[in-house]
Amino acid sequence: MIQVKGLQKYFGKKQVLKDINCEINDNEVVCVIGPSGSGKSTFLRCLNALEVAQGGEILVDQFKVTDPETDLNLLRSHVGMVFQRFNLFPHMTALENICLAPISVKKMTRQKAEEKARELLKRVGLSEKENSYPHELSGGQQQRVAIARALAMDPQLLLFDEPTSALDPEMVGEVLDVIKSLAHGGKTMVVVTHEMGFAKQVCDRVFFMDAGQIIEIGTPQQIFGDATNERTRSFLSKIL
Amino acid sequence: MLSWFRTDIIVEYWPLFLEGLKTTLELTLIGVFFGTLLGLFLGIGKIALVERGPWKWPVKIFVRIPSQLYITFFRGTPLFVQILLIHFALVPLLIHPDEGFLIQGDWALLLKREYGAFISGALALSLNAAAYIAEIFRAGIQSIDKGQFEAARSLGLNYFQTMKLIIIPQAFRRMLPPLGNEAITLLKDSSLVSAIGLAELAYAARTAAGAYSRYWEPYLFISFIYLLITLGLSYGVHLLERKFKNS
Repeated sequence: MIQVKGLQKYFGKKQVLKDINCEINDNEVVCVIGPSGSGKSTFLRCLNALEVAQGGEILVDQFKVTDPETDLNLLRSHVGMVFQRFNLFPHMTALENICLAPISVKKMTRQKAEEKARELLKRVGLSEKENSYPHELSGGQQQRVAIARALAMDPQLLLFDEPTSALDPEMVGEVLDVIKSLAHGGKTMVVVTHEMGFAKQVCDRVFFMDAGQIIEIGTPQQIFGDATNERTRSFLSKIL
Repeated sequence: MLSWFRTDIIVEYWPLFLEGLKTTLELTLIGVFFGTLLGLFLGIGKIALVERGPWKWPVKIFVRIPSQLYITFFRGTPLFVQILLIHFALVPLLIHPDEGFLIQGDWALLLKREYGAFISGALALSLNAAAYIAEIFRAGIQSIDKGQFEAARSLGLNYFQTMKLIIIPQAFRRMLPPLGNEAITLLKDSSLVSAIGLAELAYAARTAAGAYSRYWEPYLFISFIYLLITLGLSYGVHLLERKFKNS
């Protein structure tokens, strides 16, 4: 599904991604962990070209993300993204938020789009909130709507950028439950997270990043039980 | 107490004042309408940016830089000078019986005689307002959280869909107060076009003042009218803001 070769990214003169190489398979769930400022989110945002890479190659499905000729809108309509701060559209109801892209990008009829949106709201447990505006919802509810919004485009790949970091602690569980229910349901997922419990439980592989590089890749058992790299061990010992 | 105030001057020139008021309102409306339309494109144009791909340079050279130059020129030079420049230099270049770029012949002659000053005045006010309104749009757009743009783009919406469906609707609410201010400024600035002989309110006052060599009555009277309209506009904007706040 994803192939990354020699990815480089600079913010001004500061290099934030230094030669990232990895592969992610179809239907795989990958968690990206690491200290703040290690480049996790930037790496994720390069995958759907929200950040433009300055070097290297990214292949997502059949799309060459790093090729200037690639139709990024088409790529993005196959890649769902869930943000740390939800980024729901505040002037639209929950239902309208979910219907927007299917109607304006996929040219689905409003009726069909709404039908599908209601189904998705049910799936994230918010059927009764379809006419609520984002400011009327709690953080956890907003993030669940945001997940439904991403799912409405039937993406093959889902990117989660610290989906629970902006939530009050009592709401983290409800959002993680929704994400867990999606894992291994025929979608490839890349999750940047600080929730180690979630990483241990849900994902197939863990990428540990530090200082703009992927330092270690392994199964949760390997990384959390018996990391080989000193930096991985030191990071985990601080947070576990 | 008010016996020194000669209302008969106002009464005598009433039709001219009324005609002037109509022209002033027309100029303001035209200025707001075309200024907003052009300002929207200029405002977006000023911050248009393509990070990569074949459109990167064309957008920069043909959209971004011209928009910036336009805004800089119209905000950086006096409106009065712009009016003179447009009336005496630009419009004759475009509309001229012999060598007009846009309109020639008898029609050009007629247009110039009947509506010359109005066309110039309306054009100058619209072009000037567009530069200020462009800045209002730019500021409104840039005040929207970057995450809104990213969320829309990440769903596959293109740049124009994102602007139209996500950014502009949110920015518009924030732009209402400065847009109202701009309408008020435009109304007041329209008095400057009396310099090219366009019979709006200030021109009517000048005519009445000249005929009687009395200056208090006509100028106080039109001040009062300007004030009434600006207060009305402020109140209208206030109502609109309240309406949008609830939705």
